[in-house]
Amino acid sequence: MKKYYPIIGLEVHIELNTISKMFCQCKSDYFNKKPNSEVCPVCLGLPGALPVPNKKAIEYTQMLAKALGCKLNTKAHFDRKHYFYPDLPKGYQISQYEEPFGIGGKFELKNKTIHIRRVHLEEDTGKLIHESNASYVDFNRSGVPLVEIVTEPDFDNSDDVKEYLEYLHLLVKQYLKISNANMEEGSMRLEPNISLTTSLKNFPNYKIEVKNINSFKYVQKAIDYEIKRQEEMLNSNKIIKNETRGFNEKKNITFSQRSKEEAKDYRYFPEPDIPPFSFTEKEFTLINLPELPYEKYNRYLKIDKLTEYQSNILIKNTVKANLYEKLSTKFKSKELNSKIANFVINKVLSFNSKLEDNLKAYLNLDKNIPEDIALQINKVFEENQKAVNDFKTGKENAIFFLIGQVIQKIGNKIDIEKLKTIIIKELKK
Amino acid sequence: MELRGIKLIDLLKSIEQKKISSIEVFNYFSNRSKKYNKLLNAYITILDSGSHVPISFKDNFLTKNIKTTASSYVLEQFIPPYNSTVVDRLIKSKLSILGKTNMDAWAHGSSTETSDFGPTKNPWDLKRSPGGSSGGAAASVASYLSPVAIGSETAGSIRQPASWSGVVGLKPTYGRVSRYGVVAMGSSLDSPGVLALSVEDCAYILKIIAGKDNNDATTSNEKVPDYLSLIKNNQTFTIGISEEYLKDVSTKIIENFFKTVEVFKKLGHNIKKIKLMDPSKSIAVYTIIQRAEVSSNLSRYDGLRFGNDRSFFGEEAKRRIILGTFTLSQGYIDKYYKKAQQLRTLIINDFNNAFKEVDMILAPTTPTSAFKLGEFEKYPFFGELMDKLNEPSAISGLPGISIPIGLDKNRLPIGMQILGKKFAESEILSLAYQFEKETDYFNITKELLKQYPD
Repeated sequence: MKKYYPIIGLEVHIELNTISKMFCQCKSDYFNKKPNSEVCPVCLGLPGALPVPNKKAIEYTQMLAKALGCKLNTKAHFDRKHYFYPDLPKGYQISQYEEPFGIGGKFELKNKTIHIRRVHLEEDTGKLIHESNASYVDFNRSGVPLVEIVTEPDFDNSDDVKEYLEYLHLLVKQYLKISNANMEEGSMRLEPNISLTTSLKNFPNYKIEVKNINSFKYVQKAIDYEIKRQEEMLNSNKIIKNETRGFNEKKNITFSQRSKEEAKDYRYFPEPDIPPFSFTEKEFTLINLPELPYEKYNRYLKIDKLTEYQSNILIKNTVKANLYEKLSTKFKSKELNSKIANFVINKVLSFNSKLEDNLKAYLNLDKNIPEDIALQINKVFEENQKAVNDFKTGKENAIFFLIGQVIQKIGNKIDIEKLKTIIIKELKK
Repeated sequence: MELRGIKLIDLLKSIEQKKISSIEVFNYFSNRSKKYNKLLNAYITILDSGSHVPISFKDNFLTKNIKTTASSYVLEQFIPPYNSTVVDRLIKSKLSILGKTNMDAWAHGSSTETSDFGPTKNPWDLKRSPGGSSGGAAASVASYLSPVAIGSETAGSIRQPASWSGVVGLKPTYGRVSRYGVVAMGSSLDSPGVLALSVEDCAYILKIIAGKDNNDATTSNEKVPDYLSLIKNNQTFTIGISEEYLKDVSTKIIENFFKTVEVFKKLGHNIKKIKLMDPSKSIAVYTIIQRAEVSSNLSRYDGLRFGNDRSFFGEEAKRRIILGTFTLSQGYIDKYYKKAQQLRTLIINDFNNAFKEVDMILAPTTPTSAFKLGEFEKYPFFGELMDKLNEPSAISGLPGISIPIGLDKNRLPIGMQILGKKFAESEILSLAYQFEKETDYFNITKELLKQYPD
């Protein structure tokens, strides 16, 4: 049996959360709305209707492209992509073909770089509803801004694909906040393409695309299933032809949808209704990105001295990350960061008014003692474990050493007798 | 009060002076339109009532709750839920919709014979075509069934019927007037415009319909000047004439053309010979780009909506869809569409160079006067040949105005066009206005109207 190397690429469609649709003023939030209630001549493709591009959606796309390390194109335009389908009212989709907003980015895995081929903007289609032997079209989704991120075929296993997808999801939902990225509502749709080769020097001469998957778990299953299926075919000397397949979630298998031999010719040409865009490099430098997940991760690790585990958990939940940062700024103590992180990770569900008290309790800080003093006492204890142990094992004189250490840190802020009581109380906790 | 032949701006004055009511004016035109429509077939729809001075709209302008067919059976039952921007702006300026004029189906043609609702007749000779695709619009103005008509031009569809029907036809700069709500033909070319008996009426209407429209991303932010007052400035211009535009043009048209040039000289304008690219070169460019856009624009008529399905497309539309689909197909797009776009750039540059030397360019509007109905079937690219002299400026997005310059030996109108720089509508209107004041177009409109009593 030959050894096969999987060659995997990914196309991801993400709906942007702009208020209005891509080319008209209709609301882009279509979920759970009465069918065909968010429509107008433009998104219905009525005669004479013309598209006017949504600036915000373009900004969002450029933000995403920049966050993925893409080169932003100073010249960009929309193209028409033609095909007939009942949910596509104009008979073409306004998309980008020749000059997308972003090209050539990358995503770093632990020991591998995944190259991003392009980031482009297009419009979503309507939705078909099949009910009681009839089919209906709901155009509420028609014209919702959709960004497409295409990778080079750089993946070779489904775990890496999952990691990439989780990062992308995190990036658009929690960091750039440009999409609700709600998987159940289909606002993030995933399309892996998979093929196998016997030598990494030669690309296979076929490609299998699996369309419209809406969960990371299913993408993994689809990829793993395809690798196995293709391996078996190749091992029995079968020739694999280009094909588009679907994923059956119940059986966890892929199934043929259409042969790519009858490949569609989309007859792309520049959209004449929308003048081409022209940007300057300076405008691109002005696109403000928030601290990105990997940047935050590195800061937590290197500056805040958190563990890999803590950093990882926190960057994946920006609510917790924000709480952590709020608390750690308040306590201004590097030594406590790790404890604060643990507190936030393990004990906090959301922001509440008792948060600080709870943290103090967690850190064993007396809430009747001024914060800075409590902190310094804690620190002195940490730094002088031996004295602490001496006291606890009965060498009561050790207390004077500890008092001395605390006074060195805080000066004469507090009466020595009072301080002594506090320290003893703390030591007996 | 005798209304026949009165300019729109004078009708509006009379109403202001209470010499006549606007409803009376509406009824006058509505009745005339009904009376002569059996003869001319200029309209697909005529409205019975309205409260302001009425104007006709080519049937590719969407009118809310009024059937809009683009003269195709495909849209035979289409009642639009919205108004095109042009219609909206005119209604807001207190003008009423009189009716929807006949045209070549989807504006595909230059004779109004591809209309699924029968050809429009030329008011000068009922056996002849009024030109097209805005043929109903031109006929409605020539016979004074409407004081002015809104038409649209992709390449020639205003200027050519204006020329054949003996009226003034203004095709503005691409992007000057909104295309929103106009059934799309060639999206990178379509320009809504005006047909009228006078330059002043064109200027008056253009001021209303021109300007940025938030619903059309290709409209320009360029300021809309007060055309009506600007054209009266009596400016003198340097006017270019190119030999290339006089080839294959009938002798009588050439004769009248130079007679007109003499008028301009007399008015103090400076005439200069210039060299322009052979206009025949633009036929291929125009044909490829327009067919590509047509094939795309007509894809929405997929039979699921708007009433009738694709089997209702006429021969010409089918031909254009097939040719356009072919030129955009993989392996051919570079050879045809992209090459055409490159040549288009060369043609634009050619005009830009010419406009370094002259303010405007004069040329005949058409190579011949009106053809007999049925002639076009003999020529597969009839329209493209008829519009040869309009295509270079159309694909360059330039404004042009066709004005009547007399009659030929068959008593058929002859037209001449003035081409200007982008957004120089006030200049071409100004030159045309000077000619109108000087000659009254040799009284040809008054002569025709004798044949069409109230």
